[in-house]
Amino acid sequence: MPVQAPQMSQATVWLVAVRDQRDKDAFGALFDYFAPRLKGFIMRSGTGAAQAEEIVQDVMLTVWRKAEMFDPHRAQASAWIYQIARNRQIDIIRKESRPIPDELAQDPEAEPDASQILAFDQEAEQLKTALDLLQPDQKEMIEKAYLGDLTHQEISVQTGLPLGTVKSRIRLGLNRLRRELKGLR
Amino acid sequence: MSAITHHIPEDMMAAYAAGTLPHPYAMVVAAHISLCSECRAALGAYHAVGGALLEKTANIAVTNSLKSNVMAMLDAPVQPKPVYDSQGIYPGPVMEALHGRSPRWKTLGMGVKQSILSETDSGSVRLLYIPAGQAVPDHSHNGLELTLVLQGSFSDETGRFGVGDVEIGDEDLEHTPIADAGDACICLAATDAPLRFNAFVPRLLQPFFRI
Repeated sequence: MPVQAPQMSQATVWLVAVRDQRDKDAFGALFDYFAPRLKGFIMRSGTGAAQAEEIVQDVMLTVWRKAEMFDPHRAQASAWIYQIARNRQIDIIRKESRPIPDELAQDPEAEPDASQILAFDQEAEQLKTALDLLQPDQKEMIEKAYLGDLTHQEISVQTGLPLGTVKSRIRLGLNRLRRELKGLR
Repeated sequence: MSAITHHIPEDMMAAYAAGTLPHPYAMVVAAHISLCSECRAALGAYHAVGGALLEKTANIAVTNSLKSNVMAMLDAPVQPKPVYDSQGIYPGPVMEALHGRSPRWKTLGMGVKQSILSETDSGSVRLLYIPAGQAVPDHSHNGLELTLVLQGSFSDETGRFGVGDVEIGDEDLEHTPIADAGDACICLAATDAPLRFNAFVPRLLQPFFRI
């Protein structure tokens, strides 16, 4: 037995409370934590403050309405919210419906498996640590690929790097992330 | 169902997760993930990176009224957006493009049919129906072509592709896929440029057939 049992992340606890109890206080806490991050994230892709707030509102309402789809055995809270944010951002800015895969049916009989949920949460923590350990140029490329609404082609125009370099730098960054994760396990 | 052996390449999956993949390819990726648990897991890993970046993004304070507006809207009735579930061989993202209806096939000759799902200047995505034993018209591409098998299988110079497999053709690939014996082969095919057919459909007719 560990001296102190690892805890589920606060975001996961809030999101599960929203899902199972429709807990508005927990939703408010999720809002306080994620809304300013979402706004920063959306504005980094060149969206103005006013439209960014519209998207934040849309994302947070989607979190509330789709909470039943959140399965902590399959995704971290931050990853789940990231994916909603990206979908809503693309639908709103490009005015097209982004194709998304079929949802996997949830097994209503399945018992929650705390160890699996914790493993996901710990992975998220380790990923954040690993991001901080990346070389600045690798980190910048990964941030641009994920945070900016940019294709690889557009990144190379903005940074003046040839396309091959951009792709290999993103790949190096991702490989490095994987190695860091293994090292932390 | 036979095991899927041709998957989505890593850089394409990263671009899909980041939302930067053009719409026609994104539809093929979403349809493939609907059929492939391995690529679904890979997508989850890319989303996890996205989530970590989101958490580490510098905060920008939202205006004070935003939270009260959102809290006030929680109990408002909503008109749910229609959700298209998979139907038969067609995964949800394809059913969405079909607006929940059956494909409207247009014949291309020799039993080959197509149903265009979307077409813009930046690319197109279509369903192709190829009878068993029939060759897909010999073609090469101006750009990148992704082909996902939904029913039956086909083989070409590079290998055999069954249900769930994705073939990635670039401009250098000049190939002649032939539908294998058995069920007719039905594929979802995305391009970022018109296909160049070398035979079967004369070049002059391409604008007419929109291929």
